[in-house]
Amino acid sequence: MNELAVELRHIVKKFPGVVANKDVSLKARRGEVHALVGENGAGKSTVMKVLYGMQRPDAGEILVDGQQVRFRTPAEAIAAGIGMVHQHFMLADNFTVLENVILGSEPTKHGRIDTAAARARILEMAAAYGLDIDPDAMVENLGVGERQRVEILKVLYRGAKILIFDEPTAVLVPQEVDELFAALQGLRAEGLSVIFISHKLDEVLRVADNVTVLRHGQTVAEVAADSVTAQDLAELMVGAELPTAPPRSTVPHERVVLSLQGITVGGQGTRDLLHDVSFEIRAGEVVGIAGVEGNGQHELIDAIIGLAPCQGTIVYNGTDISRFSVARRRDSGMGLIPEDRQREALLMGSALWENRMLGHQRSAPVARHGVLQLKAVKADAAVIMREYDVRAPGPETPAHALSGGNQQKFIVGREMSRQPSLLLASHPTRGVDVGAQAAIWEELRKARDAGMAILLISADLEELMAMSDVIKVMLRGRISGTFDPQRTTLEQLGVAMTVASA
Amino acid sequence: MSRRFSPQSIALTLAAPLVAAVFGLGISSIALMITHNSPLETFRAMWDYGTQVGSLIEMVNLGAVYYIAALAVALTFKAGLFNIGVESQIRLGALFAAWIGAMFTLPPVLHVFVILVVASLVGAMWAFLPALLKVKRGVSEVISTIMLNSIGSALSAYLLADHFQQLVAGSNNVTTKPLPQSAWVPDLMSWLNRVGIKDVPGGGPYGLVFLAVALGFLYSFIVNRTRFGFDLRASGASPTAASVSGVNPKRMIILAMMLSGAFAGLAMMPVMLGESHAYTLGFRGGVGFTGIAIALLGRNNAVGIAFSSLLFGFLEVSARILELNGIATEIYIIMQGAILLSAVAAYEVVRRYRETLNARALARAGVTA
Ligand SMILES: Nc1ncnc2c1ncn2[C@@H]1O[C@H](COP(=O)(O)OP(=O)(O)OP(=O)(O)O)[C@@H](O)[C@H]1O
Ligand SMILES: [Mg+2]
Repeated sequence: MNELAVELRHIVKKFPGVVANKDVSLKARRGEVHALVGENGAGKSTVMKVLYGMQRPDAGEILVDGQQVRFRTPAEAIAAGIGMVHQHFMLADNFTVLENVILGSEPTKHGRIDTAAARARILEMAAAYGLDIDPDAMVENLGVGERQRVEILKVLYRGAKILIFDEPTAVLVPQEVDELFAALQGLRAEGLSVIFISHKLDEVLRVADNVTVLRHGQTVAEVAADSVTAQDLAELMVGAELPTAPPRSTVPHERVVLSLQGITVGGQGTRDLLHDVSFEIRAGEVVGIAGVEGNGQHELIDAIIGLAPCQGTIVYNGTDISRFSVARRRDSGMGLIPEDRQREALLMGSALWENRMLGHQRSAPVARHGVLQLKAVKADAAVIMREYDVRAPGPETPAHALSGGNQQKFIVGREMSRQPSLLLASHPTRGVDVGAQAAIWEELRKARDAGMAILLISADLEELMAMSDVIKVMLRGRISGTFDPQRTTLEQLGVAMTVASA
Repeated sequence: MSRRFSPQSIALTLAAPLVAAVFGLGISSIALMITHNSPLETFRAMWDYGTQVGSLIEMVNLGAVYYIAALAVALTFKAGLFNIGVESQIRLGALFAAWIGAMFTLPPVLHVFVILVVASLVGAMWAFLPALLKVKRGVSEVISTIMLNSIGSALSAYLLADHFQQLVAGSNNVTTKPLPQSAWVPDLMSWLNRVGIKDVPGGGPYGLVFLAVALGFLYSFIVNRTRFGFDLRASGASPTAASVSGVNPKRMIILAMMLSGAFAGLAMMPVMLGESHAYTLGFRGGVGFTGIAIALLGRNNAVGIAFSSLLFGFLEVSARILELNGIATEIYIIMQGAILLSAVAAYEVVRRYRETLNARALARAGVTA
């Protein structure tokens, strides 16, 4: 069982202005879970895209089952048994789960799509790997966690023997992570190979057999997971210490920044997506929201920022803003780090300096009397890139050319640059490496101490525990419990997130 | 949207249109050969005729009209919309401007100004209808503007025939009451005389060629330098990201369509105030549709659209000579179509080639991040 399933030898891949892979080698055996780690922009996603035929290497060799191969398209990689679950989901929004899964490899009977056969197979696979999903749900109505399951099913459906996961756990809460890892063990037992990228080093050690570490586009180490600690990995990656959260030494102010009273967002069915949610955030306070993906977190943010019509009252800095437009709310000093950065927070084809304006286009320093201040904007984009360590050639670089973590750092920097009095942060450190995570936490803490109120939604319970002054658990659109992070364990939170009576 | 002005980069930028032009000529040659004509002689005849002063003036005049129409289309492309209704927005704008403009006399410049305002207001209002339908009822603007083109042309024919018409003795041309002289914009022939160009029979370039130029600058400024333009482009690039950023998508649809209609309404003004001095039944049709092709060819860029407008104008004018040689003048439509299609392909080829070049340059230099 220990033959090599995939071997990458000295892969080189260059982009305009950047060498993404300088010299990457990696070996994954059959029946192995192999982790790929490295800081943001180290070249992890790129080398996996090379393996998957999405990018052509400038040099180097790829061997699958000992045979040298050259993929020109993902279709060829898929035919060779390689499947990929992307960091950013690539699903057709207006299709159902079933349609997305079979898209491009539809089973046919008498020249027509055999939906019944497809459904049977999907349900069978879903049960076998514990990927709970409704095949007839529309993808546009799914949360991030559910979308990921669709992606995984899609890959399995194509008969992949080697599965690539690009940051699969970034979007999952602990229970979901456990389920995913159980599925991975199942795949491994069947002799499949899994290569997965993650920034969560504890998880890496928990699930992987071996770990390849990349640094600046080069393989710097391959180690057995049971021979190293998370600290060792962090040092191999960046030479940095793991971030630790110092306990808070300041206290929140008395002044209430945001007050929600009876916020309800209706759904299509009988159940409200958000039901009677009320709480307050004071200046300098961090309110954390814990919950399994899709329990109303997205609707909560949308209601506060004005994207979702809702009942109830929202008072912000003493003003009732329930009837205000999105623009007016944002301009009154609400920062927003949305859940899905590529869809909601970036113009992927536009330069970073243009993205600097997004969401800030109505106020200084971006616009004056409706005229864009391009010079100031470009200079400011460069400042953000420097302060938040966004690794890209410059403000002219288009957003799509940035690694996932660097996109996120740019968004955080952009939102913080206005010194908002309230920051709505969904997964602010999703996909960023341990070093950058520590830096972002530090920025948020500083702003909090200076009086910024933060609504923090995160799938990372440790982040919630470290950052929040109070944690609220959301379940089926309601606040099902309120916890003091000082007196709560991860296990208690985990239970509250799944059991109604908390 | 980054720009670097190295000689190589400029050459590459020019490469696409050039390749497209050559390719377009190739396809037209085939069409000519099929119809048993010599491509070389045909092109020579077109070139000789097209580069005469009179023809060049006509090219500029026609180009100005196309330019305004194409800017109107491009505005909606930027917002991710498709205003096919430019055709009828032009027509109704011109008709009402002619009708209202002939009702009174005003000081010269002011009179012209009032007519321009009326033309763009009417164009904007006609474009408001499909925008409203889209916002309120989710009707695709592609469908509704096509239908409004039919309605618009029927409406304008009816209004002209039954209400706005002025009968001219001894002529069977159906036309509105002529505009008073205070609304005329003189041509630029005297300017040309000054640089030694002699009068030609068809008259000089329309004075309102400057309107087209001004609208080009305005377009560029609005799209690239204003907040509204940013909102517009953001909506086109990613409707989701735009609305999260605070752009109201419905408002944007209405504003983009109305602004486009306002531009469209002005398209025939150079002709109307410079030459015909009335709206006539004989006003050329299809300007709005040609504008779509030109906007595509010019890639929604003010300068690109300017060159494309002049190219289309040149082909159309120079093809007139072919009638004398017994060749169907419609060959110019084949040429325009072939150039457009080749351009779309060439832009893509050049884009890819540029990426390869970049990668090679890096490989040679061994640049690192
Ligand atoms: N299409 C592209 N064009 C230009 N540069 C690119 C492109 N894709 C990636 N890069 C660059 O290549 C480098 C490696 O990116 P990659 O996405 O592989 O990083 P990563 O290790 O996956 O990082 P992260 O952990 O942030 O996801 C980055 O500097 C990135 O900016
Ligand atoms: Mg990545």
